[in-house]
Amino acid sequence: MTIELTVNGRRRSVEADPDAPLLWVLRDELNLTGTKFGCGVAACGACTVHLDGEPVRACQTALADAAGAEIATIEGVSGKAAEAVRAAWRELDVAQCGYCQSGQIMSAVALLESNPAPDDAAIDAHMSGNVCRCATYPRIRAAIHRAARMMEG
Amino acid sequence: MTVRTDRRGFLGLAAAAGAALAVGFDAQGALAAGAADAPGAAFNPFVRIAPDGAVTVIAKHFEMGQGASTGLATLVAEELGADWAQMRVAFAPADPSRYANLLFGTQGTGGSTAMANSWLQYRKAGAAAREMIRRAAAARWGVDPAELDIVEGQVRGAGRSAGLGEFAADAAALTPPAEPALKPASAFRLIGAPDLRRLDGPSKTDGTAEFAMDVKVPGMVWAVILRPPRHGARLTGFDAAGAEAVRGFVDARALPNGAGVAVYARSTWAAIKAREAIEARWDEAEAETRSTDRMEAEHLALLDAPTYQARGEAAQAAAALSGAARVVEADMLLPHLAHAPMEPLNCVIEPLEDGVLIHDGCQFPGLTQPIVAAVLGLRPEQVRIRTVFAGGSFGRRANPTSDYHVEAALAFAALGGKTPVKLIWTREDDLAGGYYRPMAAHRVRVGLDADGRVVGWDHRIAAQSIMKGTAFESVTVHDGVDHSSVEGAADTPYAIPAMSVGLSDWTSPIPVLWWRSVGHSHTAFAMETALDMAAEAAGRDPLELRLELLSGESDDHRRLSGVLRLAAEKAGWGAPLAAGRGRGLAAHKSFGSYVATVVEVTARDGRVRIDRVVCAVDCGTAINPDIVRAQVEGAVGFGIGHAMRNRITFDNGAVEQTNFPDYEPLRMGDIGAIEVHVAPSEAPPSGIGEPGTPPAAPALANAIAAATGVRPLKLPITRAGLSFA
Ligand code: FES
Ligand code: FES
Repeated sequence: MTIELTVNGRRRSVEADPDAPLLWVLRDELNLTGTKFGCGVAACGACTVHLDGEPVRACQTALADAAGAEIATIEGVSGKAAEAVRAAWRELDVAQCGYCQSGQIMSAVALLESNPAPDDAAIDAHMSGNVCRCATYPRIRAAIHRAARMMEG
Repeated sequence: MTVRTDRRGFLGLAAAAGAALAVGFDAQGALAAGAADAPGAAFNPFVRIAPDGAVTVIAKHFEMGQGASTGLATLVAEELGADWAQMRVAFAPADPSRYANLLFGTQGTGGSTAMANSWLQYRKAGAAAREMIRRAAAARWGVDPAELDIVEGQVRGAGRSAGLGEFAADAAALTPPAEPALKPASAFRLIGAPDLRRLDGPSKTDGTAEFAMDVKVPGMVWAVILRPPRHGARLTGFDAAGAEAVRGFVDARALPNGAGVAVYARSTWAAIKAREAIEARWDEAEAETRSTDRMEAEHLALLDAPTYQARGEAAQAAAALSGAARVVEADMLLPHLAHAPMEPLNCVIEPLEDGVLIHDGCQFPGLTQPIVAAVLGLRPEQVRIRTVFAGGSFGRRANPTSDYHVEAALAFAALGGKTPVKLIWTREDDLAGGYYRPMAAHRVRVGLDADGRVVGWDHRIAAQSIMKGTAFESVTVHDGVDHSSVEGAADTPYAIPAMSVGLSDWTSPIPVLWWRSVGHSHTAFAMETALDMAAEAAGRDPLELRLELLSGESDDHRRLSGVLRLAAEKAGWGAPLAAGRGRGLAAHKSFGSYVATVVEVTARDGRVRIDRVVCAVDCGTAINPDIVRAQVEGAVGFGIGHAMRNRITFDNGAVEQTNFPDYEPLRMGDIGAIEVHVAPSEAPPSGIGEPGTPPAAPALANAIAAATGVRPLKLPITRAGLSFA
């Protein structure tokens, strides 16, 4: 059936089953490949996108549940927190292979939008659903602190 | 960072206004140069300088996160005198005649060799370009080339200054120097600079970095493979009727080698759903049917009488042990492990007029190109490879059988060879699909004299051989000993008297493969655990005991003891700790580099928290010190994460782990802090992607033993009844 979505501020209509995961619609139908597949079972966070500003795992979000919401992906996420996070990520060269980083950034942006000055414990708790097999965790933590400072200034 | 290849496999270099200068090497290894876009002058270069000043380095090594693309660009930029902002990277096409790894003799990345083998080659290409630009500028300005210098991308001298790209076209008409002078280390501006940012950083923060998983070509179908439940089983038949109801399902075909059923669909999701609806039948006569308990028992039994001798003489070690004041001994077991790179395996194969094009995060074009050609009945040069970013590898993407490329080629051929096919592995496929770090058993007996000095060492290893039966056997197996099973033990830098290392091969249809640091991933654990136990038995400080065994004049002793001292100093080794806390130490040489690691833990009621990790590394010249630190941070996480709680287990031959929830990865918060100290060195660069992994697990185990008195001898450490906070 035809389902209407709002992705990164644009209306898109797709032909798909309502129970198809949003992840595959974004990637295979809409060519928004910045959102990654890592596990398909909500255990790695590589597919994290925002639904109305809330981070969700696109691999476990049925298309029908995303219809009507504002969907933001790594390609379109914007605002003060997103800018600060991207800048901090580049300054500290967080990424290694980079495959997990779209999801890490989407989670980090959501964290800073709700908690502009998180401490280590808040960061660890919020980010623990995002796996990085390259183990860039120390830099992710440092970059979130740096982004938080940038947002103050 | 994308690159197109033309029909002949040459780099497609978009023509800007005016000719670009291309510098590289001919098939004999001599410097070659020309205009990049001149007809008939096509060759595969190492560096291309456009008139607009863009300097593109052609990376013969793929980028899996280890930073090789930035490293290669650094070497060229340094010698050329470029500004970092003008540097670009493109991945090389498959062309082993130009892009061979000089240590392998064919095109490929692995063994932490990327910078070591490229160190002089890429600098030479940059230096030749510099010389040619300088001569072109001198001719145009009517001055002596000796008056001109290139700094930060500008040709300067004789009172004038201009961007180096302005001379690219003129320089392209010149003959390259045969042996351009390279800069002395004292003149380096970029090599060793702390503030160069990775060239792949920006595209990896906005979703634009292209991985093979992101490739879509017109008319493509998505494919997954239904594989057997047990390694070694063969397909006898299948029924795809149930898949017909799946929207987007296209077809299902048996792979001709019996390895499984290829399931094709119009999206990834449809392919996954359709596969669930297909029933397959398997012949399991040759399949693995043992369970992990039995595998472990068989490994331990093999230690009683090693088949091969890898070092020393067993009788000499036995004599030394029988004369020792005391003998410390332990059996250790290390599990099968999966690489589980973040990007599950995949590639795209599409037909060309005269062959095929593979889009892949290709680690070993020198293997993949001829192997896929053989599968499809093509000549190697008819298999083009377009390399894109790889979402991690840890060894998995370099495979002597090119397993996933062969699957893709078979699936492509089975569908008729006209439709582009994207093969995707799910995480379930990845964990069950084989090519594991082999299980390994070690039995170590260390003899100590009355003063607590090591007087003998009997070391026995049982593991499945990685190299036997592969193209690498002739160089890595000698007198039956697969060096990759004993490396790190048989060639330990420690001056251990009367040391014997024996080896037995375990055999199985389960495919095994190198896994970040290969044999060192288990030998370092055995060596450093045994040394710690020896120190404990002798009542000696573990650092002091190690330094005693490294007190010679050799490079190995100087450098390994150097990182031990540095790590110990930075970690505050010897400073008192509160009750329940413990510090552990380990050091290891691998891939020409030296790493020492100190781990600090807090333990309470069987729960362990990893507070801090301090590493010191000597990898020769650190081309990009921040990437060196990042690689060690990542390698420590990789070593510690698996040691904490990961293993692949088998139930009657079937893999028990299905997805991350039962192969729980290291996560944010598992390690308190990691500090990496890079020892200054002017030695040529050695490996850095792997050497941080081997000492990480034993340093953690030794810290746990110090804090709790529980000595982890079986990995993962959770098997010792401990959990992690
Ligand atoms: S792919 Fe969605 S959480 Fe892993
Ligand atoms: S950067 Fe490779 S998985 Fe995170």
